[in-house]
Amino acid sequence: MAQPRAGRVAYVNARLLDPASGLDVLGGVLTDGETIVHLGPDLVRAEGAGSGAQIVDCDGHCLAPGLVDMRMQLREPGDEHMETLKLAGQAAVAGGVTSMVCLPNTRPVIDDGAILEFVARRARQVGLAKVYAYGAATKGLKGEELAEMGMLAEAGALGFTDGTRAIADAQVMRRALSYASTFGLMIVQHPEDPSLAEGGMVNEGEMATRLGLSGIPTCAESIMLARDVRLAELTGGRYHAAHVSTAEGVEIIRRAKERGLAVTADTAPFYFALNELAVGNYRTFAKLSPPLRSEADRLAVVRGLAEGVIDAIASDHSPQDQDSKRRPFAQAAFGGVGLETLLAVTLGLYHGGHLPLLSALRLVTSAPASLLGLEAGRLKQGVAADLVLFDPDRGWMVNADRLVGKSRNSPFDGHPVQGHVRRTVVDGRTVFKAYDF
Amino acid sequence: MHDGRSARIVPAMVAPAFLHRHLLGIQGLTPAEIGMLLDLSDGYVDRNRRNDKKQSTLRGRTVINLFFENSTRTRTSFELAGKRLGADVINMQVSTSSVNKGETLIDTAVTLNAMHLDVLVVRHPDSGAVQLLSEKVNCAVINGGDGSHEHPTQALLDALTIRRRTGRLSGLVVAICGDVLHSRVARSNIHLLNIMGARVRVVAPKTLLPTDVDKLGVEVFSDMKKGLKDCDIVMMLRVQNERMSGNFIPSIREYFHFFGLDYAKLSLAQPEALIMHPGPMNRGFEIDSDVADDVERSVIREQVEMGVAVRMAVLEVLAHPSVEAI
Repeated sequence: MAQPRAGRVAYVNARLLDPASGLDVLGGVLTDGETIVHLGPDLVRAEGAGSGAQIVDCDGHCLAPGLVDMRMQLREPGDEHMETLKLAGQAAVAGGVTSMVCLPNTRPVIDDGAILEFVARRARQVGLAKVYAYGAATKGLKGEELAEMGMLAEAGALGFTDGTRAIADAQVMRRALSYASTFGLMIVQHPEDPSLAEGGMVNEGEMATRLGLSGIPTCAESIMLARDVRLAELTGGRYHAAHVSTAEGVEIIRRAKERGLAVTADTAPFYFALNELAVGNYRTFAKLSPPLRSEADRLAVVRGLAEGVIDAIASDHSPQDQDSKRRPFAQAAFGGVGLETLLAVTLGLYHGGHLPLLSALRLVTSAPASLLGLEAGRLKQGVAADLVLFDPDRGWMVNADRLVGKSRNSPFDGHPVQGHVRRTVVDGRTVFKAYDF
Repeated sequence: MHDGRSARIVPAMVAPAFLHRHLLGIQGLTPAEIGMLLDLSDGYVDRNRRNDKKQSTLRGRTVINLFFENSTRTRTSFELAGKRLGADVINMQVSTSSVNKGETLIDTAVTLNAMHLDVLVVRHPDSGAVQLLSEKVNCAVINGGDGSHEHPTQALLDALTIRRRTGRLSGLVVAICGDVLHSRVARSNIHLLNIMGARVRVVAPKTLLPTDVDKLGVEVFSDMKKGLKDCDIVMMLRVQNERMSGNFIPSIREYFHFFGLDYAKLSLAQPEALIMHPGPMNRGFEIDSDVADDVERSVIREQVEMGVAVRMAVLEVLAHPSVEAI
């Protein structure tokens, strides 16, 4: 699959899209080794590349910076039977993702620099999408004692979080925000009040009542967000809310931003593309945390994205094996895979008329990269040649059985989507090509 | 082989066919299907009162009662129903803890398929588990109660009890009182009574009412006196101590004071109003013993009797479909 590292490659006859600069022209990109050395309209034809460069004809498709997925779950180390780092990497590049940031909820958890270094080393060996990590905010993700944030930061942690668990104790959250700001890094919260969410598995409301499943009220999210915004204000720390899923949640973030607080937020494709009806007939693939919400909430999330209240989109990739999902709803695990569908579902915002193409792309490229302080998600001279080539219009059907990897728990199984990845390039190497390319 | 000309003999009166492979819930049934099941059950009530109760309708068929939750009366009722129809009935009591340890529900389904059964009756503590099992086994499945979702045979036996006493379901005012939040009996009854044209009220403290329960087509009351006013049927629910994951009510004493059925509250209902309870009762918690044992008003004993008849009817339509190979 991999091509020789050395040499110049010219990607010509492409529609260049760079959300960070607003570039949208016909042209091409010239890479030398791992780096972009030139890009522009003069490279629309192969002649512009000069001699000695390998030519890749992009057939007029979109060439954009590779996607930056700011939140996904790795199952290695600890749960390799669900997904190995290699399979995660394959799923990522098949979806056009060239950089991804994992949660610290591996086993053992990433609350120690050594484990972070292990993950980084394994990821380099695999050599597909680049893997970054959040460090644990508290030791063992227990929500009690602060983890060694400084050491984790030195080892490369991009921020701190307790992953799929909320930092519930207000005093712990206060100190975590305070302490993390010492190193200029953010706290990423799973905004869900555990006492209100306890035992719940779907959105509270008529659907839950009909199915006889315990619900989680929307205020489980808004109460936690409102508290955290106050703590962010108190401490001056950087706060980032993960997977905002409710209308009330969007409003709280909006107000915090209007007041100039260092508060940002993301959401996942599940929450702007699906609603609670997806769990009908006890579909465990749609059992997610937070749960899929009402249609009104979904529309509010879409509006939040369109108006810039929500800063980024993350895949929330959470592989679960068959044994964890093929169970009665109450016993089934939370989570859905999302790396491979991240781009296509995000492009749904463009196809649905909610966002221009560049703005939709920004949410999965330069926007998350700048939140994380990563130099990625941009097309410009001198940066790493992490690219995705895609056909924005081509439709396909998500078929869980045909996804890369062992875990096929896609909530989008059977959904038609538009936007097809043709080729993915990491550090100048082509690491994925569509089967018909 | 028939030749084209030989007309098949069609009886003049044909009961409407029950075109479902399983009985997973009341949601999705039509008034005609429910009416047919109740008519069929009526016949079995009379038959069950005779000395010669056994028949051979289901001879050679195998019925397994697979219970993942403790139950005496529902399991016994299904067992009796199967045996009276001549089927071979086997009870499997599985504790959920052992299931969680290893064998999944899917494994159980594979095991059952190898046994070539005809009808599987399942009770499970998780909502939706019976449906999941029905997707994996190749026999008819009857939901004997799943989590807080549905308990269709209970709703059918309640309907039969009411219909035999009052002659109708349509237009009756039925008050369902108690732990509606956790109750599959309440949900199945709400669906059935709505389908059959009754007016349904639910009466409970607000902590025991599911969110948006009014969208199921019921009037909601948190004052029992208002809820029971002029109703024709008082359907009490068991307050399921074992399902109370938190403090939904402060104490038994307080619950009984406001929501326990006693003569004072009952006096607001129609003078002839019937008292029902799916059992087992918590006397002095949700219902006063005097009311429960009132031979004039309480039909609780009759409900048990109707249970066997209804389950015979359900077993018959599922194990012995009038239309083959659907």
